[in-house]
Formats: sequence, structure tokens, C-alpha cells
Amino acid sequence: MTSVKSKQQGSVLTQKLHSKRQLFIPIAALLVLILVNLINDPSFFAIKVGTNSTGDPVLSGNLITILDNASELAILAIGMTLVTAASGGQDISVGATIAIAGSVVLRVLCGTEARPETLQAPIIVAFLVCCVVSMLFGAFNGALVAYFKIQPMVATLILYTAGRSIAAWINNNALPIISEPSFAYYGNFIPGIAIPTPVFIAIACMIIIALVLKFTTLGLYTQSVGINPHSSRLNGINPEFIKFITYVILGLCVAVAGFIKVSRFSTINYSVVAKDIEMDAILAVALGGNALSGGKFSMAASILGAYVIQFLTTTLYTFKVDSSALPAYKAVVVIILVVLSSPVAREKMAKLWKKVAPAKTAKEAN
Amino acid sequence: MSAPNSKVKAGRLTPRTSMSDTNILLLITILVFVVMYVAAVVFLGSGFRKPQTFFNILNENAALIILSCGMSLVMITGGIDISVGTMTALVCMSCAVHLDYQGGSVASAVGLALLIGVLYGLVQGYIIAYLEIQPFIVTLAGMFFAKGMTTIVNADQFNVVHEGFQALKLTRIDVPFLGSVNKLGTYVPAYVEIGVIVALLVVILLFCLLRWTKLGRAFYAVGGNQQSANMLGINVKRTKFLAHFLCSVLAGIGGFVYFLHVGSGSPSHASGAEMNAIAASIIGGTMLTGGVGNIIGTFFGVVSLNTIKNIVSSLGLDEAWWTNITVAAMICIFLVIQSVVLMRKNKK
Repeated sequence: MTSVKSKQQGSVLTQKLHSKRQLFIPIAALLVLILVNLINDPSFFAIKVGTNSTGDPVLSGNLITILDNASELAILAIGMTLVTAASGGQDISVGATIAIAGSVVLRVLCGTEARPETLQAPIIVAFLVCCVVSMLFGAFNGALVAYFKIQPMVATLILYTAGRSIAAWINNNALPIISEPSFAYYGNFIPGIAIPTPVFIAIACMIIIALVLKFTTLGLYTQSVGINPHSSRLNGINPEFIKFITYVILGLCVAVAGFIKVSRFSTINYSVVAKDIEMDAILAVALGGNALSGGKFSMAASILGAYVIQFLTTTLYTFKVDSSALPAYKAVVVIILVVLSSPVAREKMAKLWKKVAPAKTAKEAN
Repeated sequence: MSAPNSKVKAGRLTPRTSMSDTNILLLITILVFVVMYVAAVVFLGSGFRKPQTFFNILNENAALIILSCGMSLVMITGGIDISVGTMTALVCMSCAVHLDYQGGSVASAVGLALLIGVLYGLVQGYIIAYLEIQPFIVTLAGMFFAKGMTTIVNADQFNVVHEGFQALKLTRIDVPFLGSVNKLGTYVPAYVEIGVIVALLVVILLFCLLRWTKLGRAFYAVGGNQQSANMLGINVKRTKFLAHFLCSVLAGIGGFVYFLHVGSGSPSHASGAEMNAIAASIIGGTMLTGGVGNIIGTFFGVVSLNTIKNIVSSLGLDEAWWTNITVAAMICIFLVIQSVVLMRKNKK
């Protein structure tokens, strides 16, 4: 905004910024992060080709790590955006439901054995069962929110509290390990392909949601319900059902994310898997400039937000920040980002600028 | 809070009293608590018959009561504060380091706890109220910040050995007439810790604040409808700021009370306390949408939450997951009851 000279130009510029604000914040944040890394250490962006233990070529490097690790978050951000837009609230149970989804996968594949030699069921069956279970839990949340009119955060607090316990219960608190190598493909590398599989899964999810938003009325209805449920009803939309269905979709996203999580290590620890991921997912939505009170949303901005968060995390690691102290730095960055992007702060800055600017123009005139 | 009785003599308009949402929800909470506790006394016997069991619930959850009170305050104005749990850990760790490594006194530790609360309140309150950023995001950042800061202050758990602090920690206040006779035939008086006194004071003060002061009524007004509150001449921003400020200060006090109970500093202290506080507030009849809530209800919320935990563990369901599942089921039942009651009431 340094090139602003007169009032008119200024307002035009802010208007432009306003219309593009949704994508502007995450992209700007991403650019800043890239710049910081370029100045600090250009080798941050180096991508190396190596071989893994089985002798297949794999790509490694910070960028690949970011793309790989952000996959689950990006997938969750898709569902979280819809839920936020439709119900004006957030689902805080996703981390716990991921634990349940993972537990179900393990239960189906391992049966009751701790370390089965052969899988008890085809992987696709396990995936489908996990999808169904997650969608049921999503439906539970959705029903509470849509039909019982409970605030989303409170309704999902139930599963947040119980989720990890239910996950432990499903497997009788045992932690089975899957030894079948083909199961690990989904969270690591498929032999012969050098890019981690979760990246492809995330991209597939994005393409699917893009197609759904483009060719169905889901996006439009979701926004209209989020902006005003009463007028949506008058227009023939069933607001309860739309809210309900967004939670079911989030359940599906959770299932995919949970499946990737299990596949990464061939097992999961119920109490720590995907811990605090719900907070990151909500953050991704907020960083994308979406109002957490519902209404209009930009899916692309949310997904970008997810990658920004992972980029930030990886950047902080390269600055040798201790992993347990990481949240403090993250918080500072988040607050700066959010404050800078808030309309009130912008107005105040614009006023400040106006105070400074006339002085400058006066000087120039002299 | 009863509506004026109708004095029209023509038969149709019979005198009627209606209760506010706040009172209905409070009544449900207290009723459920009493039923639960009586059932526990009747069916489970032994442990629950001793008054000390009840006082132990208070002793263990004094900090949670304070945190929940702050949470209710914020929730009544329509906001939320999820930073209180990790703030408690930060206060514990800071005070522990201050007492043991920096040679501080108990008084300065209390000061430190309050200072952390005040600073947090000022920053979070300002950003939420005056920069109009969603409280969830701001306090989420606050939560992350406190979590990281705790490990920066000190990464390991350690027990405090400071003498003055230990003396304060072990101070027990006897409750008259409610002791019990143990197996050896000696009389053991029932006791509470200092934290409980602090917590009860907080409950009483906040109850008075919400009930009888201008500021207290302004909290409800802002939570109920910001625009109409504004039109009534209430300074909405200042009210919101004060709510978040008070909540953070209470979290500072609660953090010290927690510290007084556990006597150690650890990054994992009070993890998930924010969710417990929210759950307790909800069980106590406070609604996240704002405008409805009661501090007394919150008190009963905390107590009911922990009574059910005690009941589950005394039923012999040892597996760790049962506690969480029952608590979740209880929250669920409460929410559905509340929702049904309010929906039916609004239909009338």
C-alpha cells in the first residue's frame, strides 16, 4: 500500500484488496515465509533424490515434507470449511474422531491379533468400514447441531471428550501393528513413485471437492444457510439437512485423514494421534480469511491456509526451535496475521497512513 | 424473575408465572446433581456417606471452579476463552520456578500469577473487544502461546520444596460438625484446603456481580443482543473487554490455586482444563450463544461433573476409557435436555 497517493486511489486499492482478501492473506503469508527462508538459507528449497530402504527412488527435502505432512490438515480443512460456513461453528472433535477411524481400520485389518501375519480383510474393506463409521460419528455431531440446535462447539465437545476413549475401547486398549508392507503405501511411498502418496490423496480430495462445488448446489446452499437460515428456508432450502450433510462430509474427510495417519506408522497411539489437529484445522479456515461465524467461504483459501500452517511449522524447525516450544512462536505469528487482516486494524492503519500521508504531500508541494 | 401476575379478572387470563431460561437451566442442573448424589449415597453407600467425599471433590477441583466461573462470564457475553487451561500450566510453572530457583516468596508468587493473568487479560481483551477478532482464534493463539511459553520457562516437571509454600499447601481448614469417626474410633474432622475458600469467595463475588451490579447486567445484555445493548447505552466493547479481562485474571488466580493443590510445575498440568471448564459451564446451564447463564449453576456443574467421575470409579469400571465416555454421555444428555426444554418453551 506504499504507492497510495490520493484518497481515491487508496479506496480503490483497498476495495480491490477486499475482494481478493480471501486468497490474499494466505498467499501473502506464504510469500513472507518463502522470503524469510530465502534470506535465511536458500538450501531450504533444495529437493534431493535419494533411495529408501527398499531401493526405490524417493524425493526428499523441506518442500516435499511440507506437502506430505500437510495432507491430512488440507483434507480436514475441506470439511471444516463447509461445517464452518453452514453452521457458523467448528467441529472440535476431528482429532478424536481420527483416533476412532484409525482404531476401526486396525480392528478390521488385525481382528483381535496383535501382530497378524496376514491381513484379516482386504484393505479396501477396512477403508470403507472406517468411512462409514466416521460418517456415522459425523452424523451424530450433525444431528445434535442441526436438529437439536446445539452450538457446534458444544455438541462436538461430547466426542472430543469421549473419542479417544472410544478408540481405545474398540481395540480393547491394544495397539496392533500391521506388518503387511502394501498397507504402508498409503502413508508413505508406492514403490517406483518418488512423491509421497498422501500428496496424491490430498490432491484427489481437492479435485473431488472442486468438482462437487462446481457441479452441485452444495456450495451455494451452504453459503446461503450460513448467511441466513430463515431466508434459506423461505427459498425452499432445508437448512437443517444442509448443516447435517456438511458434518457427514467432514466425517468422510476425517476417515481419509485417519486412514493416512494409520498407514504412516502402520499403527496409532490413541491418546496422541492427531492431537490438537482440530485447532490447526480451524486455524487453516481462519487463515483463509473465512468468517468463523459462517456464511461465505473460499475453499481454496482454507486449503492454502493448511499449507501455510505446515510451512510455518517446518520453517520454525529449520530455525532450530524446540518442538515443545513451537506453539509459542506459532501463536505470535498467528496473532500478527489475524490482527493485520482484521478490518478494524486495517481501518486504523489506513487512518494512520492518512495522518502521515498529508504531511508528506505537503512537504512535496513545498 | 417471575412475570407480573395477571390481575385481569375475566376468566381467560389466569395468573401465570414464567421462568427465565437461566433459572430453568439452573433448576435442572441442581436437580440432577441432587438426584445423582442421593442415588450414589443410597446405592453405593460407604464412601459417599462421608461428608469428606464431597469436600474432597471441592479440594481437587477448586481451581476448576474458578476457571469455570471465568469461562461462564465470558460465555454469558457470547465469547469463549480456550486459553485458560494452558494458562494454568504456565502460572504453575512460572510460580514453581520463581519459588525454587529465584528465591521468591509466596506473596511474590501470588503477584506473579496475578500479573500473568492481568497481562493476558489486557492483550486478549484488547484484541477481541477493540480489534473485533473472533475470540476463538485469539484465545486459541493464547492457548498455543502459553503452551509454548511453559516449556520455554522450564521443560521438565519438578516438585516445589519452598518451605513457606509447603506450609500454605498443607494448611487445612476444619469444617465443624461434619467429621467422621474412623475405624480406630478417633474423630477425624472434615477439612477443606485454602483453594476451596478462594473458589467459594470467587463464586459468591461473581454471583453478586452478575446479579446486582450494572456491569453484571451489561454482561447479559451484550450476550443477549449486542445491537440492542448498544442502543440501551451500554458500552459493548468495554463490556466485552472486561469480561475477557476478568476471565484471564480468574485464570491467573485459578492457576495459583491449582499450583497450591499440586505443588509442582509441569507442562502437562491442567491439560484439557479449558474443555472441562466449558463442559462444567454448559452443565451449569450457561449457553455458548450468550445471554444465559448462572455462576451458581457453574459451581454445580463442576461438582456434578466430578461426582459422576467418582461414581464411575467407585462402580469398579477400572478401564480408563469409561470415565471419559460417561462424562461425554452426561454432557450429551444435558445438552439434549436443555435443547428440548428451550425449544418447547420457545414454541409456546
